[in-house]
Amino acid sequence: MDKILVGLKRVVDYNVRVRVKSDGSGVETDGVKMSINPFDEIALEEALRIKESGGASEIVVVSVGTSEAQQQLRTGLAMGADRAILITTDDAPDVLSCARALLEIVNREDPGLVIVGKQAIDDDNAQTGQMLAALWGRPQATCASKIELDGDKAIITREIDVGMERIEIDLPAVVTADLRLNEPRYVKLPDIMKAKKKPLDEIAFAELGVEAGPQIAHSSYEPPSERDKGVMVDDVQGLVTSLKDRGLL
Amino acid sequence: MSRILVIAEHDGSTLNASIAKTVACAAQIENAEIDVLVLADAAGPIAAEAASLASVSRVLTIESESNAHPLAALLAPQIVAAAQNYTHVFGPSTTFGKDLMPRVAALLGVNQISDIMSVAGSHEFKRPIYAGNVVVTLSAPADVIVVATVRTASYKAVATGNSAPIESISVDADLPTHTRFVDAQAGSSDRPDLQTAAVVVAGGRALGSVENFDLIYTLADKLGAGVGASRAAVDAGYVANELQVGQTGKIIAPDLYIAIGISGAIQHLTGIKDAGTIVAINKDEEAPIFEVADIGLAGDLFTVVPELTEALG
Ligand SMILES: Cc1cc2nc3c(=O)[nH]c(=O)nc-3n(C[C@H](O)[C@H](O)[C@H](O)COP(=O)(O)OP(=O)(O)OC[C@H]3O[C@@H](n4cnc5c(N)ncnc54)[C@H](O)[C@@H]3O)c2cc1C
Repeated sequence: MDKILVGLKRVVDYNVRVRVKSDGSGVETDGVKMSINPFDEIALEEALRIKESGGASEIVVVSVGTSEAQQQLRTGLAMGADRAILITTDDAPDVLSCARALLEIVNREDPGLVIVGKQAIDDDNAQTGQMLAALWGRPQATCASKIELDGDKAIITREIDVGMERIEIDLPAVVTADLRLNEPRYVKLPDIMKAKKKPLDEIAFAELGVEAGPQIAHSSYEPPSERDKGVMVDDVQGLVTSLKDRGLL
Repeated sequence: MSRILVIAEHDGSTLNASIAKTVACAAQIENAEIDVLVLADAAGPIAAEAASLASVSRVLTIESESNAHPLAALLAPQIVAAAQNYTHVFGPSTTFGKDLMPRVAALLGVNQISDIMSVAGSHEFKRPIYAGNVVVTLSAPADVIVVATVRTASYKAVATGNSAPIESISVDADLPTHTRFVDAQAGSSDRPDLQTAAVVVAGGRALGSVENFDLIYTLADKLGAGVGASRAAVDAGYVANELQVGQTGKIIAPDLYIAIGISGAIQHLTGIKDAGTIVAINKDEEAPIFEVADIGLAGDLFTVVPELTEALG
Protein backbone atom coordinates (compact mmCIF):
# COMPACT_ATOMS: atom_id res chain seq x y z
CA MET A 1 0.00 0.00 0.00
CA ASP A 2 1.08 3.59 -0.45
CA LYS A 3 0.51 5.04 2.91
CA ILE A 4 -0.18 4.25 6.56
CA LEU A 5 -1.58 6.96 8.81
CA VAL A 6 -0.75 6.75 12.52
CA GLY A 7 -2.42 8.79 15.26
CA LEU A 8 -0.14 10.11 18.03
CA LYS A 9 -1.53 11.74 21.16
CA ARG A 10 0.50 13.84 23.57
CA VAL A 11 -0.26 12.64 27.10
CA VAL A 12 1.15 12.83 30.63
CA ASP A 13 3.98 10.28 30.78
CA TYR A 14 2.92 6.92 32.20
CA ASN A 15 5.41 7.18 35.06
CA VAL A 16 3.90 10.39 36.42
CA ARG A 17 1.55 10.13 39.36
CA VAL A 18 -1.04 12.71 38.37
CA ARG A 19 -2.65 15.06 40.85
CA VAL A 20 -6.01 16.78 40.82
CA LYS A 21 -5.83 20.60 40.96
CA SER A 22 -6.80 21.88 44.41
CA ASP A 23 -9.97 23.54 43.07
CA GLY A 24 -11.08 20.33 41.35
CA SER A 25 -11.12 22.01 37.93
CA GLY A 26 -8.79 19.54 36.27
CA VAL A 27 -5.55 17.64 36.49
CA GLU A 28 -2.21 19.30 37.21
CA THR A 29 -0.17 19.23 34.00
CA ASP A 30 2.16 22.22 34.56
CA GLY A 31 5.77 21.10 34.54
CA VAL A 32 4.75 17.47 34.16
CA LYS A 33 6.63 15.21 31.75
CA MET A 34 4.67 14.63 28.55
CA SER A 35 5.15 11.76 26.08
CA ILE A 36 3.60 9.97 23.14
CA ASN A 37 0.75 7.82 24.40
CA PRO A 38 2.44 4.41 24.80
CA PHE A 39 -0.15 2.61 22.69
CA ASP A 40 0.31 5.12 19.87
CA GLU A 41 4.04 4.48 20.02
CA ILE A 42 3.28 0.79 19.48
CA ALA A 43 0.99 1.77 16.58
CA LEU A 44 3.79 3.75 14.97
CA GLU A 45 6.33 0.96 15.52
CA GLU A 46 4.02 -1.45 13.72
CA ALA A 47 3.61 0.93 10.79
CA LEU A 48 7.38 1.34 10.54
CA ARG A 49 7.89 -2.41 10.55
CA ILE A 50 5.33 -2.82 7.78
CA LYS A 51 7.16 -0.18 5.74
CA GLU A 52 10.54 -1.77 6.44
CA SER A 53 9.30 -5.12 5.21
CA GLY A 54 8.07 -3.53 1.99
CA GLY A 55 4.38 -3.40 2.87
CA ALA A 56 4.00 0.39 2.68
CA SER A 57 5.90 3.28 1.17
CA GLU A 58 5.08 6.20 3.45
CA ILE A 59 4.22 6.65 7.13
CA VAL A 60 2.36 9.80 8.12
CA VAL A 61 1.87 10.66 11.79
CA VAL A 62 -1.01 12.91 12.80
CA SER A 63 -1.93 14.50 16.10
CA VAL A 64 -4.76 16.67 17.34
CA GLY A 65 -3.46 19.01 20.02
CA THR A 66 -1.80 22.26 21.02
CA SER A 67 1.35 23.40 19.25
CA GLU A 68 3.32 21.61 21.98
CA ALA A 69 2.32 18.31 20.40
CA GLN A 70 4.99 19.15 17.82
CA GLN A 71 7.43 17.56 20.27
CA GLN A 72 5.67 14.22 20.11
CA LEU A 73 5.35 14.40 16.33
CA ARG A 74 9.09 15.15 16.10
CA THR A 75 9.73 12.07 18.22
CA GLY A 76 7.54 10.11 15.82
CA LEU A 77 9.57 11.45 12.89
CA ALA A 78 12.76 10.49 14.72
CA MET A 79 11.41 6.97 15.14
CA GLY A 80 11.11 6.84 11.36
CA ALA A 81 7.84 8.40 10.20
CA ASP A 82 8.19 10.33 6.94
CA ARG A 83 5.85 13.23 7.52
CA ALA A 84 3.74 14.76 10.27
CA ILE A 85 0.48 16.65 10.43
CA LEU A 86 -0.57 18.62 13.50
CA ILE A 87 -4.19 19.65 13.77
CA THR A 88 -3.83 22.57 16.15
CA THR A 89 -6.38 23.52 18.76
CA ASP A 90 -6.09 25.19 22.14
CA ASP A 91 -8.93 23.37 23.79
CA ALA A 92 -9.19 19.61 24.11
CA PRO A 93 -11.82 18.62 21.57
CA ASP A 94 -14.26 15.80 22.35
CA VAL A 95 -13.52 12.37 20.88
CA LEU A 96 -16.20 12.54 18.19
CA SER A 97 -14.86 15.87 16.94
CA CYS A 98 -11.34 14.41 16.94
CA ALA A 99 -12.53 11.45 14.93
CA ARG A 100 -14.26 13.80 12.48
CA ALA A 101 -11.04 15.82 12.16
CA LEU A 102 -9.05 12.64 11.57
CA LEU A 103 -11.56 11.60 8.93
CA GLU A 104 -10.85 14.86 7.10
CA ILE A 105 -7.16 13.97 7.08
CA VAL A 106 -7.98 10.42 5.98
CA ASN A 107 -10.01 11.80 3.09
CA ARG A 108 -7.14 14.04 2.03
CA GLU A 109 -4.38 11.46 2.45
CA ASP A 110 -6.23 8.32 1.36
CA PRO A 111 -4.20 5.84 3.45
CA GLY A 112 -4.43 2.07 2.99
CA LEU A 113 -4.37 1.56 6.74
CA VAL A 114 -4.81 3.69 9.86
CA ILE A 115 -3.23 2.50 13.09
CA VAL A 116 -3.86 4.19 16.45
CA GLY A 117 -3.40 3.11 20.07
CA LYS A 118 -6.23 1.13 21.64
CA GLN A 119 -6.60 3.78 24.33
CA ALA A 120 -4.94 6.95 25.54
CA ILE A 121 -3.61 6.65 29.05
CA ASP A 122 -4.87 10.08 30.10
CA ASP A 123 -8.63 9.89 29.58
CA ASP A 124 -8.62 6.08 29.17
CA ASN A 125 -11.52 6.42 26.72
CA ALA A 126 -10.56 3.79 24.13
CA GLN A 127 -12.86 5.28 21.48
CA THR A 128 -11.02 7.20 18.75
CA GLY A 129 -10.18 4.31 16.40
CA GLN A 130 -13.66 2.85 16.52
CA MET A 131 -15.31 6.23 15.94
CA LEU A 132 -13.05 6.98 12.99
CA ALA A 133 -13.80 3.57 11.48
CA ALA A 134 -17.55 4.13 11.91
CA LEU A 135 -17.51 7.58 10.32
CA TRP A 136 -15.31 6.32 7.50
CA GLY A 137 -17.60 3.33 6.96
CA ARG A 138 -14.62 0.97 7.10
CA PRO A 139 -13.62 -2.08 9.20
CA GLN A 140 -12.15 -1.76 12.68
CA ALA A 141 -9.91 -4.23 14.47
CA THR A 142 -9.31 -3.16 18.06
CA CYS A 143 -6.77 -4.49 20.58
CA ALA A 144 -4.54 -5.94 17.87
CA SER A 145 -1.64 -8.14 18.91
CA LYS A 146 -0.76 -9.23 15.38
CA ILE A 147 -1.31 -7.78 11.91
CA GLU A 148 -0.89 -9.99 8.83
CA LEU A 149 -1.31 -8.10 5.57
CA ASP A 150 -2.38 -9.98 2.49
CA GLY A 151 -2.96 -7.74 -0.52
CA ASP A 152 -6.14 -5.76 -0.03
CA LYS A 153 -7.03 -7.76 3.11
CA ALA A 154 -5.54 -8.28 6.54
CA ILE A 155 -5.89 -10.86 9.27
CA ILE A 156 -5.81 -9.27 12.68
CA THR A 157 -5.30 -11.17 15.92
CA ARG A 158 -7.15 -9.38 18.73
CA GLU A 159 -6.69 -9.69 22.47
CA ILE A 160 -10.15 -10.26 23.91
CA ASP A 161 -11.33 -11.07 27.44
CA VAL A 162 -11.45 -14.83 26.93
CA GLY A 163 -8.25 -15.11 24.90
CA MET A 164 -7.55 -14.36 21.26
CA GLU A 165 -9.72 -13.78 18.23
CA ARG A 166 -8.77 -13.48 14.56
CA ILE A 167 -10.78 -11.44 12.11
CA GLU A 168 -10.28 -10.78 8.44
CA ILE A 169 -10.82 -7.23 7.23
CA ASP A 170 -10.79 -5.54 3.86
CA LEU A 171 -8.48 -2.55 3.52
CA PRO A 172 -8.53 0.33 4.06
CA ALA A 173 -9.34 -0.11 7.73
CA VAL A 174 -8.59 1.14 11.22
CA VAL A 175 -6.54 -1.04 13.56
CA THR A 176 -5.94 -0.20 17.23
CA ALA A 177 -2.73 -1.40 18.86
CA ASP A 178 -2.56 -3.44 22.05
CA LEU A 179 0.51 -3.83 24.29
CA ARG A 180 1.80 -7.03 22.80
CA LEU A 181 1.74 -5.98 19.15
CA ASN A 182 5.44 -5.12 19.38
CA GLU A 183 8.07 -3.36 21.47
CA PRO A 184 8.76 0.13 20.13
CA ARG A 185 12.34 1.04 19.18
CA TYR A 186 14.43 3.62 20.98
CA VAL A 187 15.16 6.83 19.20
CA LYS A 188 18.84 7.48 18.44
CA LEU A 189 20.43 10.90 18.50
CA PRO A 190 21.25 11.12 14.76
CA ASP A 191 17.62 10.30 14.03
CA ILE A 192 16.52 13.23 16.15
CA MET A 193 18.72 15.52 14.06
CA LYS A 194 17.39 14.04 10.83
CA ALA A 195 13.80 14.41 12.04
CA LYS A 196 14.23 18.18 12.25
CA LYS A 197 14.34 18.32 8.46
CA LYS A 198 11.25 16.20 7.89
CA PRO A 199 8.02 18.01 7.00
CA LEU A 200 5.60 18.87 9.81
CA ASP A 201 2.47 20.63 8.55
CA GLU A 202 0.08 22.45 10.80
CA ILE A 203 -3.61 22.81 10.07
CA ALA A 204 -5.91 24.74 12.39
CA PHE A 205 -8.66 22.51 13.73
CA ALA A 206 -11.19 25.24 12.91
CA GLU A 207 -10.13 25.23 9.26
CA LEU A 208 -11.12 21.60 8.80
CA GLY A 209 -14.74 22.64 9.09
CA VAL A 210 -15.77 19.69 11.23
CA GLU A 211 -18.91 19.89 13.27
CA ALA A 212 -18.33 19.59 17.02
CA GLY A 213 -19.98 16.60 18.70
CA PRO A 214 -22.67 17.11 21.36
CA GLN A 215 -20.51 18.11 24.32
CA ILE A 216 -20.18 16.08 27.47
CA ALA A 217 -19.34 18.50 30.29
CA HIS A 218 -16.59 17.63 32.76
CA SER A 219 -17.89 19.24 35.93
CA SER A 220 -15.41 18.21 38.60
CA TYR A 221 -12.29 16.18 39.21
CA GLU A 222 -11.44 14.43 42.46
CA PRO A 223 -8.95 11.88 43.74
CA PRO A 224 -10.32 8.34 44.13
CA SER A 225 -11.43 7.27 47.59
CA GLU A 226 -8.49 5.95 49.60
CA ARG A 227 -8.33 2.45 50.95
CA ASP A 228 -7.91 2.10 54.71
CA LYS A 229 -4.39 1.66 55.98
CA GLY A 230 -3.42 -2.01 56.14
CA VAL A 231 -1.38 -4.09 58.55
CA MET A 232 1.94 -5.87 58.11
CA VAL A 233 2.19 -9.42 59.43
CA ASP A 234 5.47 -11.13 60.34
CA ASP A 235 4.98 -14.58 58.91
CA VAL A 236 2.62 -17.01 57.23
CA GLN A 237 0.96 -17.83 60.57
CA GLY A 238 0.18 -14.15 61.03
CA LEU A 239 -1.26 -13.99 57.53
CA VAL A 240 -3.48 -17.01 58.08
CA THR A 241 -4.74 -15.61 61.40
CA SER A 242 -5.44 -12.24 59.82
CA LEU A 243 -7.39 -13.84 56.96
CA LYS A 244 -9.39 -15.93 59.44
CA ASP A 245 -10.19 -12.84 61.51
CA ARG A 246 -11.68 -11.27 58.40
CA GLY A 247 -13.72 -14.36 57.67
CA LEU A 248 -11.84 -14.99 54.45
CA LEU A 249 -10.70 -18.50 55.28
CA MET B 1 -38.61 8.67 32.25
CA SER B 2 -35.44 7.04 30.95
CA ARG B 3 -35.60 4.16 28.49
CA ILE B 4 -32.39 2.20 28.62
CA LEU B 5 -31.25 -0.40 26.13
CA VAL B 6 -28.55 -2.77 27.44
CA ILE B 7 -26.58 -4.65 24.80
CA ALA B 8 -26.10 -8.29 25.81
CA GLU B 9 -22.65 -9.85 25.62
CA HIS B 10 -22.67 -13.62 25.19
CA ASP B 11 -20.63 -16.47 23.80
CA GLY B 12 -23.39 -17.91 21.63
CA SER B 13 -24.97 -19.93 24.40
CA THR B 14 -24.74 -18.12 27.73
CA LEU B 15 -25.08 -14.52 28.85
CA ASN B 16 -21.84 -12.92 30.01
CA ALA B 17 -21.71 -12.17 33.75
CA SER B 18 -20.99 -8.51 32.97
CA ILE B 19 -24.57 -7.97 31.81
CA ALA B 20 -26.17 -8.46 35.24
CA LYS B 21 -23.78 -5.74 36.45
CA THR B 22 -24.51 -3.44 33.53
CA VAL B 23 -28.22 -3.80 34.34
CA ALA B 24 -27.39 -2.97 37.99
CA CYS B 25 -25.85 0.30 36.84
CA ALA B 26 -28.83 1.10 34.59
CA ALA B 27 -31.17 0.37 37.50
CA GLN B 28 -29.52 3.17 39.48
CA ILE B 29 -31.09 5.66 37.13
CA GLU B 30 -34.38 6.73 38.62
CA ASN B 31 -37.56 5.88 36.84
CA ALA B 32 -35.85 3.79 34.20
CA GLU B 33 -37.31 1.15 31.97
CA ILE B 34 -34.57 -1.31 31.06
CA ASP B 35 -34.64 -3.53 27.98
CA VAL B 36 -31.89 -5.98 27.05
CA LEU B 37 -31.04 -6.53 23.39
CA VAL B 38 -29.64 -9.91 22.39
CA LEU B 39 -28.06 -10.08 18.94
CA ALA B 40 -27.27 -13.70 18.21
CA ASP B 41 -27.45 -16.55 15.79
CA ALA B 42 -29.87 -18.37 18.10
CA ALA B 43 -30.89 -16.21 21.05
CA GLY B 44 -33.04 -18.69 23.02
CA PRO B 45 -31.05 -19.60 26.16
CA ILE B 46 -29.26 -16.23 26.24
CA ALA B 47 -32.53 -14.33 26.12
CA ALA B 48 -33.98 -16.57 28.83
CA GLU B 49 -31.04 -15.74 31.09
CA ALA B 50 -31.45 -12.03 30.39
CA ALA B 51 -35.18 -12.26 31.12
CA SER B 52 -34.44 -13.66 34.56
CA LEU B 53 -32.49 -10.57 35.62
CA ALA B 54 -34.19 -8.27 38.12
CA SER B 55 -35.08 -4.76 36.84
CA VAL B 56 -35.33 -5.90 33.22
CA SER B 57 -38.64 -4.94 31.55
CA ARG B 58 -38.24 -6.70 28.23
CA VAL B 59 -35.74 -8.74 26.31
CA LEU B 60 -35.49 -8.05 22.59
CA THR B 61 -33.80 -10.45 20.22
CA ILE B 62 -32.42 -10.02 16.73
CA GLU B 63 -31.57 -13.44 15.39
CA SER B 64 -29.49 -13.83 12.27
CA GLU B 65 -26.55 -15.88 11.08
CA SER B 66 -24.49 -12.72 10.73
CA ASN B 67 -24.81 -12.23 14.50
CA ALA B 68 -23.09 -15.54 15.24
CA HIS B 69 -19.88 -13.68 16.15
CA PRO B 70 -19.65 -10.31 17.87
CA LEU B 71 -18.28 -8.14 15.06
CA ALA B 72 -18.75 -4.48 15.94
CA ALA B 73 -19.03 -3.40 12.31
CA LEU B 74 -22.06 -5.69 11.87
CA LEU B 75 -23.68 -5.25 15.26
CA ALA B 76 -23.45 -1.45 15.41
CA PRO B 77 -25.87 -0.58 12.58
CA GLN B 78 -28.48 -2.99 14.00
CA ILE B 79 -28.12 -1.44 17.46
CA VAL B 80 -28.45 2.05 15.98
CA ALA B 81 -31.71 0.99 14.32
CA ALA B 82 -33.01 -0.66 17.49
CA ALA B 83 -32.04 2.28 19.73
CA GLN B 84 -34.31 4.83 18.10
CA ASN B 85 -36.77 5.17 20.98
CA TYR B 86 -34.30 4.94 23.81
CA THR B 87 -32.68 7.65 25.92
CA HIS B 88 -29.66 5.49 26.82
CA VAL B 89 -27.70 2.58 25.32
CA PHE B 90 -25.39 0.79 27.73
CA GLY B 91 -22.82 -1.95 27.23
CA PRO B 92 -20.29 -3.53 29.59
CA SER B 93 -16.74 -2.18 29.55
CA THR B 94 -15.36 -5.54 28.53
CA THR B 95 -13.37 -5.97 25.31
CA PHE B 96 -16.76 -6.62 23.64
CA GLY B 97 -18.36 -3.40 24.85
CA LYS B 98 -15.28 -1.25 24.36
CA ASP B 99 -15.01 -2.41 20.78
CA LEU B 100 -18.67 -1.92 19.99
CA MET B 101 -20.07 1.09 21.84
CA PRO B 102 -17.87 3.83 20.33
CA ARG B 103 -18.89 2.61 16.88
CA VAL B 104 -22.55 2.81 17.91
CA ALA B 105 -22.05 6.30 19.35
CA ALA B 106 -20.29 7.62 16.24
CA LEU B 107 -23.06 6.28 14.00
CA LEU B 108 -25.60 8.01 16.24
CA GLY B 109 -23.55 11.23 16.06
CA VAL B 110 -22.90 11.47 19.80
CA ASN B 111 -19.95 11.18 22.13
CA GLN B 112 -19.60 8.09 24.28
CA ILE B 113 -18.99 7.78 28.01
CA SER B 114 -16.54 5.03 28.98
CA ASP B 115 -16.46 3.10 32.26
CA ILE B 116 -19.34 4.53 34.32
CA MET B 117 -18.47 3.82 37.98
CA SER B 118 -21.37 5.63 39.58
CA VAL B 119 -24.61 7.28 38.60
CA ALA B 120 -25.41 10.75 39.93
CA GLY B 121 -28.47 11.36 37.75
CA SER B 122 -29.96 10.26 34.46
CA HIS B 123 -27.30 12.25 32.60
CA GLU B 124 -24.64 12.63 35.26
CA PHE B 125 -21.99 9.99 35.86
CA LYS B 126 -18.61 9.43 37.45
CA ARG B 127 -15.77 7.63 35.72
CA PRO B 128 -12.08 6.96 36.39
CA ILE B 129 -9.33 8.49 34.25
CA TYR B 130 -5.52 8.37 34.44
CA ALA B 131 -5.48 4.68 35.37
CA GLY B 132 -7.99 5.32 38.14
CA ASN B 133 -5.93 8.04 39.83
CA VAL B 134 -8.59 10.65 39.11
CA VAL B 135 -12.37 10.45 39.17
CA VAL B 136 -14.25 12.85 36.91
CA THR B 137 -17.92 13.80 37.01
CA LEU B 138 -19.51 14.11 33.58
CA SER B 139 -22.82 15.49 32.41
CA ALA B 140 -24.14 14.34 29.09
CA PRO B 141 -26.46 16.64 27.13
CA ALA B 142 -30.10 15.83 27.90
CA ASP B 143 -31.35 16.27 24.33
CA VAL B 144 -29.37 13.43 22.74
CA ILE B 145 -29.07 9.72 23.40
CA VAL B 146 -26.50 8.64 26.04
CA VAL B 147 -24.18 5.89 24.84
CA ALA B 148 -21.97 4.45 27.56
CA THR B 149 -20.00 1.51 28.86
CA VAL B 150 -20.28 0.41 32.47
CA ARG B 151 -17.26 -0.38 34.63
CA THR B 152 -18.62 -3.71 35.79
CA ALA B 153 -16.21 -4.00 38.76
CA SER B 154 -18.12 -1.10 40.34
CA TYR B 155 -21.41 -3.02 40.42
CA LYS B 156 -22.83 -6.18 41.97
CA ALA B 157 -24.93 -8.33 39.72
CA VAL B 158 -28.71 -7.80 40.00
CA ALA B 159 -30.69 -10.70 41.41
CA THR B 160 -32.31 -13.30 39.20
CA GLY B 161 -35.83 -14.74 39.36
CA ASN B 162 -37.50 -12.25 37.06
CA SER B 163 -39.39 -13.42 33.98
CA ALA B 164 -39.46 -10.49 31.63
CA PRO B 165 -41.19 -10.95 28.27
CA ILE B 166 -39.01 -11.88 25.31
CA GLU B 167 -39.77 -10.36 21.91
CA SER B 168 -38.13 -11.05 18.60
CA ILE B 169 -37.65 -7.88 16.57
CA SER B 170 -36.32 -7.12 13.12
CA VAL B 171 -34.49 -4.00 12.12
CA ASP B 172 -33.72 -2.34 8.86
CA ALA B 173 -29.94 -2.06 8.70
CA ASP B 174 -27.32 -2.38 6.00
CA LEU B 175 -24.71 -4.85 7.12
CA PRO B 176 -21.20 -4.50 5.70
CA THR B 177 -19.30 -7.52 4.35
CA HIS B 178 -15.85 -5.99 4.90
CA THR B 179 -15.29 -7.65 8.29
CA ARG B 180 -15.26 -11.42 8.76
CA PHE B 181 -14.74 -13.67 11.74
CA VAL B 182 -11.94 -16.22 11.35
CA ASP B 183 -11.55 -18.04 14.65
CA ALA B 184 -11.18 -17.59 18.38
CA GLN B 185 -9.04 -19.25 20.95
CA ALA B 186 -10.32 -19.22 24.50
CA GLY B 187 -7.96 -19.95 27.33
CA SER B 188 -9.05 -23.29 28.72
CA SER B 189 -9.13 -23.50 32.46
CA ASP B 190 -11.18 -25.30 35.06
CA ARG B 191 -10.40 -22.56 37.53
CA PRO B 192 -12.94 -19.87 38.40
CA ASP B 193 -13.13 -17.06 35.88
CA LEU B 194 -10.78 -14.20 36.76
CA GLN B 195 -13.51 -11.61 36.30
CA THR B 196 -16.06 -13.20 38.58
CA ALA B 197 -13.97 -15.23 41.06
CA ALA B 198 -14.45 -14.38 44.75
CA VAL B 199 -10.77 -15.05 45.37
CA VAL B 200 -7.93 -14.27 42.95
CA VAL B 201 -4.27 -15.22 43.34
CA ALA B 202 -1.96 -13.25 41.06
CA GLY B 203 1.71 -13.55 40.24
CA GLY B 204 4.23 -11.06 38.88
CA ARG B 205 7.62 -10.92 37.25
CA ALA B 206 9.24 -12.32 40.40
CA LEU B 207 7.92 -15.79 39.58
CA GLY B 208 10.67 -15.94 36.98
CA SER B 209 9.44 -18.83 34.83
CA VAL B 210 6.46 -20.78 33.55
CA GLU B 211 7.38 -23.65 35.88
CA ASN B 212 7.57 -21.43 38.94
CA PHE B 213 4.12 -20.06 38.16
CA ASP B 214 2.85 -23.45 39.34
CA LEU B 215 3.29 -22.06 42.84
CA ILE B 216 0.50 -19.62 42.02
CA TYR B 217 -1.77 -22.31 40.51
CA THR B 218 -1.27 -24.64 43.48
CA LEU B 219 -2.15 -21.95 45.98
CA ALA B 220 -5.10 -20.85 43.84
CA ASP B 221 -6.44 -24.40 43.70
CA LYS B 222 -6.21 -24.70 47.48
CA LEU B 223 -8.33 -21.57 47.77
CA GLY B 224 -10.69 -22.34 44.87
CA ALA B 225 -9.38 -19.12 43.38
CA GLY B 226 -9.03 -17.64 39.93
CA VAL B 227 -5.56 -16.76 38.68
CA GLY B 228 -4.30 -13.36 37.54
CA ALA B 229 -0.97 -11.83 36.59
CA SER B 230 0.85 -8.54 36.13
CA ARG B 231 1.75 -7.31 32.68
CA ALA B 232 5.39 -8.18 33.29
CA ALA B 233 4.43 -11.82 33.93
CA VAL B 234 2.32 -11.91 30.77
CA ASP B 235 4.97 -10.21 28.64
CA ALA B 236 7.55 -12.68 29.91
CA GLY B 237 5.29 -15.47 28.69
CA TYR B 238 4.62 -17.07 32.09
CA VAL B 239 0.86 -16.93 31.47
CA ALA B 240 -1.62 -16.07 28.72
CA ASN B 241 -2.63 -12.48 28.02
CA GLU B 242 -6.19 -12.90 29.25
CA LEU B 243 -4.88 -13.21 32.82
CA GLN B 244 -3.50 -9.67 32.89
CA VAL B 245 -4.97 -7.49 35.59
CA GLY B 246 -4.82 -3.71 35.35
CA GLN B 247 -5.45 -0.58 33.32
CA THR B 248 -5.08 -2.45 30.08
CA GLY B 249 -6.03 -5.87 31.34
CA LYS B 250 -8.97 -6.81 33.52
CA ILE B 251 -10.51 -4.61 36.18
CA ILE B 252 -11.66 -6.98 38.91
CA ALA B 253 -13.35 -6.81 42.29
CA PRO B 254 -12.87 -10.13 44.14
CA ASP B 255 -13.47 -10.39 47.90
CA LEU B 256 -9.82 -11.39 48.30
CA TYR B 257 -6.86 -10.58 46.03
CA ILE B 258 -3.44 -12.04 46.78
CA ALA B 259 -0.61 -10.29 44.90
CA ILE B 260 2.58 -12.30 44.85
CA GLY B 261 5.85 -10.84 43.59
CA ILE B 262 4.02 -7.88 42.07
CA SER B 263 5.48 -4.41 42.71
CA GLY B 264 2.22 -2.46 42.54
CA ALA B 265 2.62 -0.15 39.52
CA ILE B 266 -0.31 2.26 39.14
CA GLN B 267 -1.34 0.46 35.96
CA HIS B 268 -1.69 -2.75 37.96
CA LEU B 269 -3.35 -1.19 41.01
CA THR B 270 -6.15 0.33 38.98
CA GLY B 271 -7.31 -3.19 38.22
CA ILE B 272 -7.77 -4.14 41.90
CA LYS B 273 -8.98 -0.95 43.58
CA ASP B 274 -12.38 -2.48 44.29
CA ALA B 275 -11.10 -5.74 45.77
CA GLY B 276 -12.46 -6.43 49.25
CA THR B 277 -9.16 -7.41 50.87
CA ILE B 278 -5.76 -7.09 49.20
CA VAL B 279 -2.93 -9.29 50.44
CA ALA B 280 0.62 -8.57 49.24
CA ILE B 281 3.60 -10.87 49.42
CA ASN B 282 6.80 -9.17 48.30
CA LYS B 283 10.39 -9.37 49.45
CA ASP B 284 10.85 -5.62 49.18
CA GLU B 285 9.34 -3.87 52.22
CA GLU B 286 9.27 -0.63 50.24
CA ALA B 287 7.26 -2.05 47.31
CA PRO B 288 4.33 0.26 46.45
CA ILE B 289 1.92 -2.69 46.62
CA PHE B 290 2.17 -2.45 50.43
CA GLU B 291 0.65 1.06 50.31
CA VAL B 292 -2.66 -0.40 49.14
CA ALA B 293 -2.47 -3.84 50.78
CA ASP B 294 -4.79 -4.59 53.69
CA ILE B 295 -2.45 -7.34 54.81
CA GLY B 296 1.22 -7.26 53.85
CA LEU B 297 3.87 -9.90 54.31
CA ALA B 298 7.47 -8.97 53.49
CA GLY B 299 9.28 -12.13 52.49
CA ASP B 300 10.63 -14.32 49.73
CA LEU B 301 7.73 -15.80 47.79
CA PHE B 302 9.65 -19.01 47.15
CA THR B 303 9.51 -19.81 50.88
CA VAL B 304 6.32 -17.96 51.83
CA VAL B 305 4.01 -19.34 49.15
CA PRO B 306 4.76 -23.05 49.71
CA GLU B 307 4.41 -22.44 53.46
CA LEU B 308 1.06 -20.73 52.95
CA THR B 309 -0.20 -23.50 50.68
CA GLU B 310 0.88 -26.01 53.32
CA ALA B 311 -0.76 -24.05 56.15
CA LEU B 312 -4.10 -24.11 54.30
CA GLY B 313 -4.12 -27.88 54.75
C1 LIG C 1 0.64 1.74 28.84
C2 LIG C 1 0.93 0.78 29.94
C3 LIG C 1 -0.07 -0.07 30.36
C4 LIG C 1 0.18 -1.00 31.37
N1 LIG C 1 -0.83 -1.82 31.77
C5 LIG C 1 -0.59 -2.70 32.76
C6 LIG C 1 -1.62 -3.57 33.24
O1 LIG C 1 -2.74 -3.57 32.75
N2 LIG C 1 -1.33 -4.43 34.24
C7 LIG C 1 -0.08 -4.48 34.82
O2 LIG C 1 0.12 -5.30 35.73
N3 LIG C 1 0.90 -3.68 34.39
C8 LIG C 1 0.68 -2.80 33.37
N4 LIG C 1 1.71 -2.01 32.94
C9 LIG C 1 3.07 -2.28 33.44
C10 LIG C 1 3.38 -1.71 34.79
O3 LIG C 1 3.82 -0.38 34.66
C11 LIG C 1 4.49 -2.54 35.47
O4 LIG C 1 5.62 -2.56 34.63
C12 LIG C 1 4.10 -3.98 35.77
O5 LIG C 1 2.86 -4.02 36.45
C13 LIG C 1 5.16 -4.63 36.61
O6 LIG C 1 4.89 -5.98 36.85
P1 LIG C 1 5.44 -6.71 38.15
O7 LIG C 1 4.93 -6.03 39.35
O8 LIG C 1 5.16 -8.15 37.98
O9 LIG C 1 7.01 -6.56 37.96
P2 LIG C 1 8.06 -5.68 38.77
O10 LIG C 1 7.65 -4.26 38.81
O11 LIG C 1 9.37 -6.02 38.22
O12 LIG C 1 7.93 -6.20 40.23
C14 LIG C 1 8.38 -7.44 40.69
C15 LIG C 1 8.25 -7.43 42.19
O13 LIG C 1 8.59 -8.70 42.69
C16 LIG C 1 9.32 -8.55 43.91
N5 LIG C 1 10.14 -9.75 44.06
C17 LIG C 1 11.22 -10.14 43.35
N6 LIG C 1 11.66 -11.35 43.77
C18 LIG C 1 10.84 -11.72 44.77
C19 LIG C 1 10.77 -12.87 45.60
N7 LIG C 1 11.65 -13.88 45.49
N8 LIG C 1 9.79 -12.94 46.52
C20 LIG C 1 8.89 -11.92 46.67
N9 LIG C 1 8.92 -10.82 45.90
C21 LIG C 1 9.87 -10.72 44.96
C22 LIG C 1 10.12 -7.29 43.71
O14 LIG C 1 10.44 -6.72 44.97
C23 LIG C 1 9.16 -6.42 42.88
O15 LIG C 1 8.39 -5.62 43.75
C24 LIG C 1 1.47 -1.07 31.95
C25 LIG C 1 2.47 -0.19 31.53
C26 LIG C 1 2.21 0.72 30.53
C27 LIG C 1 3.30 1.64 30.09
